[in-house]
Amino acid sequence: MDLTFTPEEQAFRQEVRAFVRDKLPASLRHKVVNSLRLTRDDHVMWQRTLHERGWGGPGWPREHGGPGWNAVQQYIFEEECAAAGAPRLIPFGIKMVAPVIMAFGSPEQQKRFLPDISSARKWWCQGYSEPGSGSDLASLKTRAVRGFDKDGDHFVVNGQKTWTTLGQHADWIFCLVRTDPQAKAQRGISFLLIDMKSPGITVRPIITLDGAHEVNEVWFENVRVPAENLIGEENKGWTYAKFLLGHERSNIAGIGISKREIERLKRVAATEMKNGKPLLEDPLFSAKVAQIEIDLMALEMTNLRVLSDEANEKAPGPAASILKIKGTEIQQAITELLVAAVGPYALPFKAENESDEEGDIGPRYAAGLGAHYCNMRKLSIFGGSNEIQKNIISQQLLGL
Amino acid sequence: MDFSFSEEQHQLQDAISRFVQGDYSFERRHKILKSADGWSREVWQGLADLGVLAMNIPEADGGLGYGPIETLLAMQSAGPALLCEPLLDSAVIATALVRDFGSPEQRAELLPAMGGGERIVVLAHTEAAGRGQPVWVETSAKKSGDGYLLNGHKAVVSLAPAADELLVSARMSGQPGEADGVAVFRVSKDAPGLVLKAFKTLDGRRAADVVLTDVKVPAASLLGAPTTSATAAIDRALDIGLAALCAESLGVMEATVNATIEYLKTRQQFGQPIGRFQALQHRTADMLLHLEQSRSMAYLAAMHCNVADDTQRRKTLSAAKVVIGNACRFIGQQSVQLHGGMGMTEELNVSHFFKRLMAIELSFGDTDTHLQRFAALTQRDIPLAA
Repeated sequence: MDLTFTPEEQAFRQEVRAFVRDKLPASLRHKVVNSLRLTRDDHVMWQRTLHERGWGGPGWPREHGGPGWNAVQQYIFEEECAAAGAPRLIPFGIKMVAPVIMAFGSPEQQKRFLPDISSARKWWCQGYSEPGSGSDLASLKTRAVRGFDKDGDHFVVNGQKTWTTLGQHADWIFCLVRTDPQAKAQRGISFLLIDMKSPGITVRPIITLDGAHEVNEVWFENVRVPAENLIGEENKGWTYAKFLLGHERSNIAGIGISKREIERLKRVAATEMKNGKPLLEDPLFSAKVAQIEIDLMALEMTNLRVLSDEANEKAPGPAASILKIKGTEIQQAITELLVAAVGPYALPFKAENESDEEGDIGPRYAAGLGAHYCNMRKLSIFGGSNEIQKNIISQQLLGL
Repeated sequence: MDFSFSEEQHQLQDAISRFVQGDYSFERRHKILKSADGWSREVWQGLADLGVLAMNIPEADGGLGYGPIETLLAMQSAGPALLCEPLLDSAVIATALVRDFGSPEQRAELLPAMGGGERIVVLAHTEAAGRGQPVWVETSAKKSGDGYLLNGHKAVVSLAPAADELLVSARMSGQPGEADGVAVFRVSKDAPGLVLKAFKTLDGRRAADVVLTDVKVPAASLLGAPTTSATAAIDRALDIGLAALCAESLGVMEATVNATIEYLKTRQQFGQPIGRFQALQHRTADMLLHLEQSRSMAYLAAMHCNVADDTQRRKTLSAAKVVIGNACRFIGQQSVQLHGGMGMTEELNVSHFFKRLMAIELSFGDTDTHLQRFAALTQRDIPLAA
């Protein structure tokens, strides 16, 4: 047993660290480490910077224009980016639809879509969830009917998707649609790529409890989708969807982000005073910080064990559920302590959390914390709620 | 980065698993616990024959020259058997202290005998007022003629009744809490003035409060060189022991979780196995979360228990003890709860796992003590402004 990274891996870490230090603008870093809202341009700018270095698709193989990194390198890359305050990569194109197109798309689809994803020329969003089907994804109802007319082979799509993250920015959406309503739930589903400029698509904002516009409803009314945008075979979409969910799990534990957030927590708690002493020296508060730091240490080790299994080609399987549950619990716990650290100054509320300009009220670092705490409630809900992850663990890992 | 074990390490693991499964059944353990001594010399010799007692002894001293990883595997494999023999106390902690702090003569005299199973040695160090602080030593050693006079009270010394001799820490100078001025003495268990108040602990093991009243020991009984304070060596030996304890707890927790899952699959209520109920499934999933986090920390503790940098070693081992202490409590409590009334009975192994897990949580500094130590060690590294 040897827990150290190899010299090659350590050199790789230095390379990533140096690159991010040189290329990440200070203003963008400032926004990220203070959880201020990023614009579309912020994300696109960073994605293009990575793309120019050949790192636009960190998980992509070389044959599709990726760097061909293994799981450990991807982990190191994401950890370094997070530690340096780089924006997280928007996963919908790079980590979700791209692997599906690589695995199941035609050569034409690969040529048409993949380059625009890693270069951020096209922004993708996800059309999975529906109002009536949250964790029970297979119950989705959005209908796609195949037909032929003078303009050729196509689908007509009707229905509604929801919780479409950053859909307001998107050029394309990948959707699960029901193509055979007679078949058993999982059998009659297809995987379609839809141009967001298609007539009949309406995007409506959903404002979340932090006052932000991050998610949307997407309505489809007789939207015509060329059949060439079907991935793989008709009615086999569930297979592709499950494949995608497997890919979504990479870096699910958020170790790098949590490390950065604990640093922020300690900075804040070292500045805030209680009983004439820094809050971080308060025994009760410091015990809470220590507990989270310790949990994160253990999770980092657990994550490395999963990575090591992957490198030895043992399937990670439901171990990803462990990383998801514990990782999101830790991230949420940190936001709770950040709020507690600034006390009542977490209450002055800036909707949209767009600015951290010096105001009259409270310390500057406190301005976004209330909204951030509210926003992070999503972590234990999305990507398969933590309760669903516990079902997966108990059924698939424990055999109950 | 590599989390796999070598072929040789797997063989050791298998040999111990086979030994405890064959020679240390639940029924046999029960009989041993009920015997006058509460432990078995026959089992001890069996462990010696397997080489387990010699694993922490260097080859130059007649041992196998293994290290913390082999100790991890041995303790983890032995965990489910809930051994009542002083494996941790003699073969890990006392062995490490003699190995790293003893004079060449002491090593030559003690280590081969300890590794062969002929001599059992236990460190008598903790005191009631110390509450997990390794430097708290009130017991005193005063020069007297060509030897020393020891006076003091050592609290809840695990497996002291099984020992042939004790390694007693005592203060030659300074105040409790100070690192300097502490020495360790070899004291025979039948030395005049030494009283063992023996008792059973909650988990069935034997322990004793050791009361020393003017116990006279010769100068040669001083462990190591007279000029060096023993505090650092004791601290390191205890950390090696703590890592081994973490490994043992991993084995106990695995057995506890497995027993609980088996029960949930077989026990029928309301016309179905109770494992079908989501409320119980989620609790079991949480048990697995605790177990996997503990596994990670037991590995980390094993890899760090020999690190010379005190801060880094203590930080890591305290973190491990916190994660594992919390897990011991959660997994122990849930296993009893999920077994229902059966979990309350002495006849079921789960109740014995529960008590061992509780004892582990309280040993070597409890969760709060280590949380506090970790906080103190990490508060200093506050990052600079972003």
